[in-house]
Amino acid sequence: MSQSLRPYLNAVRVSLDAALCLDNFASELVERHNYPEVEAGNNPMALLNPMHISRNENERVLIEPSINSVRVSISIKQADEIEQILVRQFTRFLTRRAENFFILRRKPVEGYDISFLITNHHTETMLKHKLVDFIIEFMQEVDKEISEIKLFLNARARLVAEAYLVPFDS
Amino acid sequence: MQVIELGHESITDHSFSADKSLLAVARGNRVELYFNTGSRYELGTTLVGHEKTVTAVDINIFNQIVTCSQDRNALVWEAQKDGSWKQTLVLLRINRAATCVRWSPNGVKFAVGSGARVIAVCYYEHDNDWWIAKHIKKPLKSTVLSVAWHPNSVLLAAATTDGHARVFSGYVKGVDERPEPSPWGERLPFQTMCGDFTDDSAAWVHDVAFSPSGDALAWVTHDSSVLVAYPSAPEQPPRAIVAIASSFLPFSSVVWTNETQLVAAGYDCHPVVFEGTESGWTFAYSIDDPARSNKASEVREQSALNMFRQLDLKGTQDVQTTLPTVHQNAIKTLRAFEGTANVTKVSTSGDGKVVVFAVSE
Repeated sequence: MSQSLRPYLNAVRVSLDAALCLDNFASELVERHNYPEVEAGNNPMALLNPMHISRNENERVLIEPSINSVRVSISIKQADEIEQILVRQFTRFLTRRAENFFILRRKPVEGYDISFLITNHHTETMLKHKLVDFIIEFMQEVDKEISEIKLFLNARARLVAEAYLVPFDS
Repeated sequence: MQVIELGHESITDHSFSADKSLLAVARGNRVELYFNTGSRYELGTTLVGHEKTVTAVDINIFNQIVTCSQDRNALVWEAQKDGSWKQTLVLLRINRAATCVRWSPNGVKFAVGSGARVIAVCYYEHDNDWWIAKHIKKPLKSTVLSVAWHPNSVLLAAATTDGHARVFSGYVKGVDERPEPSPWGERLPFQTMCGDFTDDSAAWVHDVAFSPSGDALAWVTHDSSVLVAYPSAPEQPPRAIVAIASSFLPFSSVVWTNETQLVAAGYDCHPVVFEGTESGWTFAYSIDDPARSNKASEVREQSALNMFRQLDLKGTQDVQTTLPTVHQNAIKTLRAFEGTANVTKVSTSGDGKVVVFAVSE
């Protein structure tokens, strides 16, 4: 882990730990409903101030806490066009399988690449510290994964180019 | 310390009967009753009557059980001679979720907090054979997260999401005797507001509690502080309001053990003791302190094998799957277990177990 990544992830971990203090909270506005307040956004009393944590302009995290849910949105580093395509494909692959990831949101918040929605039901059925670990691990791995795919892609491109150019060699 | 393991499903509220023979646990849409067999608590009956999450359960001194739920109803359960439980629907007249319920210390009334911005004070009417409710409405503007009774069974404290802790009179004519004058007030008709406390942060108030004498009120807020107010005289500003800021995660529940000590527990998964008087309160010690737990060293000792196993399975050395505390997830309810004026044991619940802790260090 590089030197500047560690404090960034630490900040995210501590903020998530503080934000994930969730309670079962039924709607004040709609009878017999119980929905994530952060998604509805119609009850200012149940919302807390959102937190931005950014390492640089490309890599940033938005944490929006509320009384019964927290929305975590992550912007993944994209240095060039290849990385943009890779990130898009990668997040598309994940969000299409959102049910299997429980806390993954099907559509990212605008301006971010991937979003998680953690509700009080998740913190009740799963261990909170493990949920935090999962998100931190995801953030660690996703950069590694993207740069790895990029390397493979470049290597393959070189190989293909070489194969194509063999007839002209000699 | 006594750990009562009750499976994995989270527990929203628990309550022991006065003689500790019965433990009622609210989880999901049902309430499970566990009976003390001497060595352990065994599941007896499951009370099914609510169709949405049961938010609170409480047992009074006559072993009547009251439950309330997000389906807007409260039910009173009474044991029959054949061992079954008879349910009576309470006419709460609220149109949002019921969030909390507590019996008054004398066991004849209970208060239900709700998301409908009202507190329903309910009592039994013999003539019609039903439980009816009177509403405390003003000046509540948000969901009531918790209610607590004064030892005189007349005054009632409420915690709300707008950051206020308030004290009301829950005096019901014909049910209550006229209460002794106290610093909170002398004449107390129903719905009189005897105290209204807030601070600058206006953070959600998760829980309130009266001291054993009833002459002080403590409440815990979402900004991780515990506040204590001492009223002076009716209609006068309080003698003192002491705020204790802490570096723990927010507390969700608080109880007084005696006039100079209180216990709070919440998202840090272990109870914390505070001590003080009017002149100042401080953090005293943690019960089940994770820093002094021996679980952490256990993990380190056996880690040689585990390290390689973890590296093989997950590509990481991290073997920390359990917290060093007994509770593995947030504590939702903290209650006095033994003693009234001087509480020596408290019970906690939240993550599928009920634990009885000794308060002493």
